[in-house]
This record gives sequence, C-alpha cells and structure tokens, in this order.
Amino acid sequence: MIAVPVLADLAFIWGPALTSVALSFFQWSGVGGVQLRSCHPTVFIPDNGCVFGVQNYVQAATVYPPFWPAVEHNVIWLLVFTFLAAPAGMLFAVIIDSGIRGSRIYQTVLFLPVMLSLALIGIIWEFIYSPNFGLINTIIGHNTNANLIDWLGNPKLNLWAILVEASWRQIGYVMVLYLAGLKSVDPSLREAALMDGANPWQSFWRVVFPAMRPINIIVLVVTVIESLRAFDLVYITNQGTNGLQLLSSLITSNIVGEVSRIGFGSALGVVLLVISLVPISIFLYQTFGRRAT
Amino acid sequence: MSARRAGRIAAYGLMIGASALWVIPLLFALYISFRPYSETSQYGYMSLPHHLTLSNYLNAWTQADLPRFFINSVEITVPAVILTLFLASMVAFVVVRADIKINVALLLLFTAGNLLPQQVIITPLYRLYLLIPLPSFISSSGLLYDSIAGLIVINVAFQTGFCVFVLSNYMRTIPGDMYEAAEVDGASMWSRYWRLTLPLCRPALAALATLLTTWIYNDFFWAITLMVTGSKRPITSALANLQGQFVSNQNLIAAAAVMAAIPTLVVYILLQKQFIAGLTLGATKG
Repeated sequence: MIAVPVLADLAFIWGPALTSVALSFFQWSGVGGVQLRSCHPTVFIPDNGCVFGVQNYVQAATVYPPFWPAVEHNVIWLLVFTFLAAPAGMLFAVIIDSGIRGSRIYQTVLFLPVMLSLALIGIIWEFIYSPNFGLINTIIGHNTNANLIDWLGNPKLNLWAILVEASWRQIGYVMVLYLAGLKSVDPSLREAALMDGANPWQSFWRVVFPAMRPINIIVLVVTVIESLRAFDLVYITNQGTNGLQLLSSLITSNIVGEVSRIGFGSALGVVLLVISLVPISIFLYQTFGRRAT
Repeated sequence: MSARRAGRIAAYGLMIGASALWVIPLLFALYISFRPYSETSQYGYMSLPHHLTLSNYLNAWTQADLPRFFINSVEITVPAVILTLFLASMVAFVVVRADIKINVALLLLFTAGNLLPQQVIITPLYRLYLLIPLPSFISSSGLLYDSIAGLIVINVAFQTGFCVFVLSNYMRTIPGDMYEAAEVDGASMWSRYWRLTLPLCRPALAALATLLTTWIYNDFFWAITLMVTGSKRPITSALANLQGQFVSNQNLIAAAAVMAAIPTLVVYILLQKQFIAGLTLGATKG
C-alpha cells in the first residue's frame, strides 16, 4: 500500500536532494556523462563531467558576483517576514479574536491574498508601482518623465517594493494561523490571569502567548521556509536580476538559463538546503520529539 | 475607561485602514481591466473613466488563448489532487495503524520532504526529467520533461508529505476499538482503510482537497522550470509569457489576471471554511 508513495517521494524529492549534494562537487554542463576523475586545472578550456572538489562553493563565494547580494536579499527578506509580517499578522489575529465588530469582514479581506498565486500578485502590484501610470506615482505626483520613481526598476528600491507585495500575502497567512492558535487557548487561562489582576497586555504575553507554543513554532517555520522559497515574485518582476537576486533565482538561472552549470547550480542548492535544515529540524523535533518521549 | 475607548478606536482604525490597503490593489487591477487601452495610455490608470469595456476580456480570451491554459490547469490539478489524497491517505493509514518499526521514520521522511525549498531539488530533478522517457501518446516531448504527466508527478510527490502529516494526525483521533471490531469481523487491511478509515476522514479530505486545488492551481515554479513549451503551461505560469507577449497592452494583462484569479476566488467564497481548516489542521493538532 505504501510502496508507490514512498518510492515517489524517494525518487522525486529525496533522491534529487541527495544528488544535489553529490553533483555540487562536480563540474558538469549537463552534456555528456560524469566521471570520477579530477578536473584539469586549465582556466581557458573548462573541463566537463569531472570531480571539482569544493571549487563550486569557492567560486560562488569569491568570483560569482550575484552570490553575496542574493544572500543579503534573502536575509533582508527573512528579517522583514520575522519582524514585520509575523507581528502584524499576530496583531490582526488578536484584534479579530477580541470580537471587534465586523471581524468576519476583516478576516475575509486580509486573508484574500493568500488565495492568489504569487505570480498573480506580482502582476497586480505592477499596476500600483507603474512609473508613468501607477497608483503610487500618480498620488504623490511623481508621474512625469522628469521626476519618475521606478519602484520596480531601481535596484535600490525594488527589493523593498517587492517585500511590500510579499508581506501583503504573508501577513494574512500568519493571521489565520494565529487565529486558530488563539481559539485553541483554554479561555479559563485568560480568565484566571485577569482575576489575578493582570491587564490584557500582561495576560497576553505571560499566559496566552506561551500557551500558543505549537503555533509559534509553526509560524517560525513558515516564516523561515517562505523566505528561503521566495522566487515567484522576483521572477515575474524581472527574473531575479538587477537588485532582486535571490538564492532561488540564481539556482534556476544556472540550470534553465543559456549556460547550464549543473554542478554550480547544485552547490547553490546545497547552500539553500543546509540553511533550510535548521527550521526543518526545529519543526520535526518539536512535533515528533515530544511525542516519542 | 477612556484608555480602553482609545484602544478600541485605534483597533477599528487599524483594521479599516488595513482592509482598505488590502483591497485597493485588487480593485485597481479590476478597474484597469475594464478600461480601454487607448484611454489609460493617454490619461493614466488613475484617471476617471470615459468608457468602460469588456473588450479586454474578450481579447484575452481569444487572442491570448486563455481557454487552452485553463484546460491545461485542469488537466494537471484534478488528477494531481486525487492522486495526492489517495496516496497520502494510504501512507497515513499505514503509519497510524500498522505496527511497523519504521512508521515514525516514514512520517519524518514525508513531512521533512514537503518543507524543503523546491529550488534545493530542482537541479537534479530537471536532469532526471530529461532522462525519463514516456510514450508519445502521453507526452508529445517523449519525456517526463515538458509534459503534463511530469507536472502531475512532481506536484503529487511534493504535496503528499503535507497531506500525510495532516491525515496521520487526523487518523490518530479515530478510536482504536473500531478497528479491533472490524478485525474480529474479518475485515482485510484494505477494507479497513477503504471502508472504515476514509469515510471517517471525509472532513479532513475535503479540507485538504480545497487546499491542494488552490496550491497546485497556483503553482508557478514547477511549471516554469519543468515545462518549456509555452502552449502546454497551466494558466498561472502562462501569465508570465502573456506579460511578455502583450507588453504594450497591460489592460489585457489585467483582464487575464482577473480571469486567472476567478477559480481561486470562487473556492474562497464557497469553501473558505474548508480552506482555513486545512491550513490549520496541520498546525493545531501536530
């Protein structure tokens, strides 16, 4: 009964993940086979299908220009999701959960972007950011050719513009998770805290928030994983170039771009894999570790 | 008391302000989609309308070949959702009910696999897809690469993990004595799965079906990387091509985007509860 799904998972998920690690030590264009022999150390004619050691990693860190900007952008992405999107989502959830009038309407509206594909979100926001015709520039009067602000084209601005789009979706996602978390907290806990003279602020941070530990872990994991997976928005905007490089977009351009560099692309994938193992381990430990003991 | 009042007013202000910020981008795209290109290219998107028109929708439907992309999406999404739920429910059943030593390891394997960023596996997966042949009546490319079947396979493989996790948590809540009774009656493993477990899991399956339909329909990454023929792509990734193709007519793009959003919005309006239940089932029972 489980042979097919297990084989599929091994063949199409874990097999490639492990192959990624192996291929990252090779230099390979994807043409011809791969052999277990060292690459010739020539600079002018790149060798193909040979063991390259850690050179892919060395090259990524030293001579591949978009690598460090991509790392920086992924880190900024993570920081914005952690310190802006997650708290905002939690705040909205707390307000809605407090039984404010019209809470259903707010919940429906704020969750709406989570239903849309990121590609679609990227397209919709291009109308907001459009230099000549867009909503923002028209409102702030920067829509003449003399004073245009190119929100998505200027490499100093575009990452932040894209992060507004990404947060617009992420906040609704976090909000729904926290709404479920808040409902799962035993109401008598809160009442007990209020009886003991705690104000709402104290009772939330000292009683409710710690009681939502499972949800806090989920939100943490979702925040980190979504920051690492970030791809669609930058790809639809400019294919992840010119200020919008991310590790994910570099990997893609190294395999489906004009120059196929399988070993190098795999090395970048392994960097992403190693980072993502941190939140994955935390989640697995929290979920399964406690059950086992 | 007045501090509380101030707090309430601030909360209302915040929620109303946020809701406005959340709907403006959507309404703005909708507004542009109803306006002729000749008008917005002269006065900008923000201008008051002289004419409203459905021609952008008609043109997107006919010139941009939207029906074909919708059909592609259906051909990928429907089999992928059914297969995922079928396979994941079997794994969850075995993990929860069969007394085998490796069941925790299996659960870990599937759950962790679903959390990997897709880009970690794409490089070898791309090569693998180029190596696996398919008969030409299934795939016109003769390969798993660039085929509808290939996209179904990767969506199923990738989403199974999440569903195994959710369904195994759900199946754990089914009392064990029901199974003992079934066993006494001589019910086989298969009939305990098919006749007893699956009907009891209907709420979880419905919630997951809603979630999976939306996620697979919305998939962009697999289709962009594993499918090269533009006309075979599902609607979500086809939008990227349309953007290049109709770069000078953004109003048509707006109309195409609105139409691409309709299926997920219908799901949201009709099945909002199911969708949110699916999302939080994995979160709260874990």
